[in-house]
Amino acid sequence: MVNLSVTVSSLKLKNPVMTASGTFGYGEEYAEYIDLNRLGAIVVKGLSITPRDGNPTPRIVETPAGMLNAIGLQNIGVKAFIKDKLPFLRQFETPVIANFFGDTVEEYVRAAGELSAAEGVHALEMNISCPNKQEGWIVFGTDPKRMDHVVTEVRKITNLPLVVKLSPNVTDIGCMAKAAEDAGADALSVMNTITGMVVDISKRKPMLANNTGGLSGPAIRPIAVRMVWETCKAVSIPVLGMGGIMTARDALEFLIAGARAVAVGTANFVNPAATVEIIEGIEKFLIEENISDINSLIGSLKINER
Amino acid sequence: MYKFFTAEIVGNTSQNTHFKMLTLRPLSEIMVPQPGQFYMIQTGTACDPLLKRPFSIYSIRQNHLSFLYRIRGKGTLSLSQLREGDMLQIIGPLGNSYPAPDGDFIAIAGGIGIASLLPLMRKYKKHAYLFYGAMKSDELVMLEEARELSKEIFITTDNGSDGQKGCVTCAVEDFIGESRITPPEAGALSMYSCGPTPMLKELSQIARAAGLICCASLEEHMACGIGACLGCMVKTVAGQKRVCKDGPIFNLEDIIW
Repeated sequence: MVNLSVTVSSLKLKNPVMTASGTFGYGEEYAEYIDLNRLGAIVVKGLSITPRDGNPTPRIVETPAGMLNAIGLQNIGVKAFIKDKLPFLRQFETPVIANFFGDTVEEYVRAAGELSAAEGVHALEMNISCPNKQEGWIVFGTDPKRMDHVVTEVRKITNLPLVVKLSPNVTDIGCMAKAAEDAGADALSVMNTITGMVVDISKRKPMLANNTGGLSGPAIRPIAVRMVWETCKAVSIPVLGMGGIMTARDALEFLIAGARAVAVGTANFVNPAATVEIIEGIEKFLIEENISDINSLIGSLKINER
Repeated sequence: MYKFFTAEIVGNTSQNTHFKMLTLRPLSEIMVPQPGQFYMIQTGTACDPLLKRPFSIYSIRQNHLSFLYRIRGKGTLSLSQLREGDMLQIIGPLGNSYPAPDGDFIAIAGGIGIASLLPLMRKYKKHAYLFYGAMKSDELVMLEEARELSKEIFITTDNGSDGQKGCVTCAVEDFIGESRITPPEAGALSMYSCGPTPMLKELSQIARAAGLICCASLEEHMACGIGACLGCMVKTVAGQKRVCKDGPIFNLEDIIW
């Protein structure tokens, strides 16, 4: 028997495989395909204090080994989530991490406050980095000073483990990571999608109604692994790795590079049982490699001397 | 794992230049699909194409699932190159199905939309006045079966290479105008359609003007097919709906175009 359990701040996960926000709905969509009790944690679709309709369609376009999305943070709102979705999730022993966002610092604080008070929310993941919003909202994720402010304010209102999800659309992710850590984050999610565009050459128009979207899937994985590695060097809090994980091998790359846990995103769309297959694959790898505890593999990367 | 399974390709044969019929033998027990439901089908063997593609069920016979498809983009091109013996991952049956017609009905197929309507016509044999439109004659497929299953068939092509020249919606409008059929009581189901969005939009106006209900299978880009990605939203009078999970069949009256 190998140990797969890891800890992220005060949160204990039975294995290091979580779902990435926005790719797993509120859990119920996947309940007929997998046993939700198998998961390390469920990270739900991003929530705001008021419901949102999101962007016009097309919202999705496939790209080489990836996809571009501009859903636009459509969600049912914090209140409806607590009332209509949480009771279902409470049936499972898997911790629920509520992803949330706002347009203003005040909205972030209100969402965090209401989610923290709800029974069955075990941690918060703060989205400061969705590329599909305008109104200069992205500055929370790309300007260290603005990020420091919003994370500091949210930190004051919640005692739950607070994860900050970082944007890859920055020059130095280590600098952003350090700012989030200093502002009180308990862990960091690395990374959100990378802003991209696909052009319809016959119409001379972007394929997405929103013009640009967030790129995900295996195409971005090497960038995500590199960013996780850089983030781990910059901070001492746990890093949750994500970006294009399709298989156990992919997940292991992130763990070895230093991620305490990983999140599976786009793969859920391709294969609704991806998370469970990845958990089983990680366990198999540990047995084959004669490793009794996943924690001894985490961060075991041997950097080449140059 | 009832709805998520592996299947072996037992046939992937050309119908003509544009269309192929994919036949799959599921390796495990599966659910029986209803007319109008769809499956998400893996179209390649590596990460590119990455996402599964939605295909309406064409038939289920002796536990073999068949899908009629048109080679159009990267996914269907990749699918067209797969061979007998190749294994594919499938999710389905997904979504809702066409509601049962009350006696005779009008079926309107635009191009490959015929694939979704044939199972309905097979279930209610000789009840459909079928209007089948395409750009040109070689873009019509399964004509023999369509003739056999329909009560009457009306073919239109944009260039007049088969049937009546012009748009299929015009033919439907003329037909309803001529009162060749007795429309069921207002509010009863009577039109069924699958085809391009501009065609459906016109049909919704025709149906409204005639006081008929038109149920149609909508199409939208989707990543997952199971209600999670929120890529395939459609605006309705009852708010935003997911084409994959709340549809794909909608009463066109409810759609906000």
